[in-house]
Amino acid sequence: MSSLTNEQLERYSRHIILQQVGGRGQEKILGSKVLVIGTGGLGAPAAMYLAAAGVGTIGLVDFDVVDLSNLQRQIIHQTADVGKPKVDSGRETIEAMNPDVDVHTYNELVTSANIRDIIRDQDYDFIIDGTDNFPAKFLINDACVFEKKPFVHAGIIRFQGQLMTYVPGAGPCYRCVFKTMPPKDAVPTCRQAGVLGVMGGIIGTLQATEALKYILGVGELLTGYLLTYDALTMKFRKVKLPRDPHCAICGEHPTITELIDYEQPACDLRKH
Amino acid sequence: MSEKHTDAAIDITDVVCPITFVKVKVALEDLADGQTLAVHLNDGEPIQNVPRSLKDEGHKVLSVDQNGDGTYDLVVEKGGLA
Repeated sequence: MSSLTNEQLERYSRHIILQQVGGRGQEKILGSKVLVIGTGGLGAPAAMYLAAAGVGTIGLVDFDVVDLSNLQRQIIHQTADVGKPKVDSGRETIEAMNPDVDVHTYNELVTSANIRDIIRDQDYDFIIDGTDNFPAKFLINDACVFEKKPFVHAGIIRFQGQLMTYVPGAGPCYRCVFKTMPPKDAVPTCRQAGVLGVMGGIIGTLQATEALKYILGVGELLTGYLLTYDALTMKFRKVKLPRDPHCAICGEHPTITELIDYEQPACDLRKH
Repeated sequence: MSEKHTDAAIDITDVVCPITFVKVKVALEDLADGQTLAVHLNDGEPIQNVPRSLKDEGHKVLSVDQNGDGTYDLVVEKGGLA
């Protein structure tokens, strides 16, 4: 028998009607566990849509507090939340939205010392990279390769965004494509370059879409593809990416066997 | 409710669209292909929409009986059109 309550049948009715979802699919969503690393421009909308969809366990990781300059795009946080830890603000928004969601918060910066423990804490099924810096992106990739967990990478800057999905054994990892850290100051962060607020909504929502498709086992994921979006020209491009057999972490003879904490230029870690 | 023998039965006269179809769909998920479900439903939107949605998803509506009291009884075979 279906475990869904009458209230759940109504709340998720637009999902259940979908042939690719149904009651069984909604039960899968309710039983799933997604970790959202970073509750900023990308993580905020991703976490909110996953919560609305009924993802039963959502982990939120962020070390920062809500800043007034976040509110132009980080829609999980409200004006009254300024100064509050982002994970607490995120939890309040999710709990007010959907009581079916069990929220776990990790008020810390992800490092080589804690990321694998955080992923293992609830044995998350899927990870969303909603971070805004390269050290975290390589760390998340490497940790997911080691833990054999799928994740969706994304980045946004100015009017551009991109994302790709890693599934263990099914395609390239982030390091197959990007190898290693860019030279310091070669790439501006969105703190320096700016970002149109909606970019997080577009790309973060696509990340949530990948998570839901993975959970449901429907459609085609962005494994082996980088999807790029330019808001000024309204062009989406889907670029095919091969797996690198010589990849330093997921290749045949990996040279990276433990997590690395890359250094971030100090100015990038300022809060403003 | 229908007096025909079916593997399961559901009354959706207490809900409106789209919860009508949602409840039928979830009830069908508990059956195997070829098994049958009796559905008690209202005139109007439910009788217009539910049989059509069932056909769209590959189920076969075996019979529809009008009860004369504003309700219908239909019998659907799971996956009967697949």
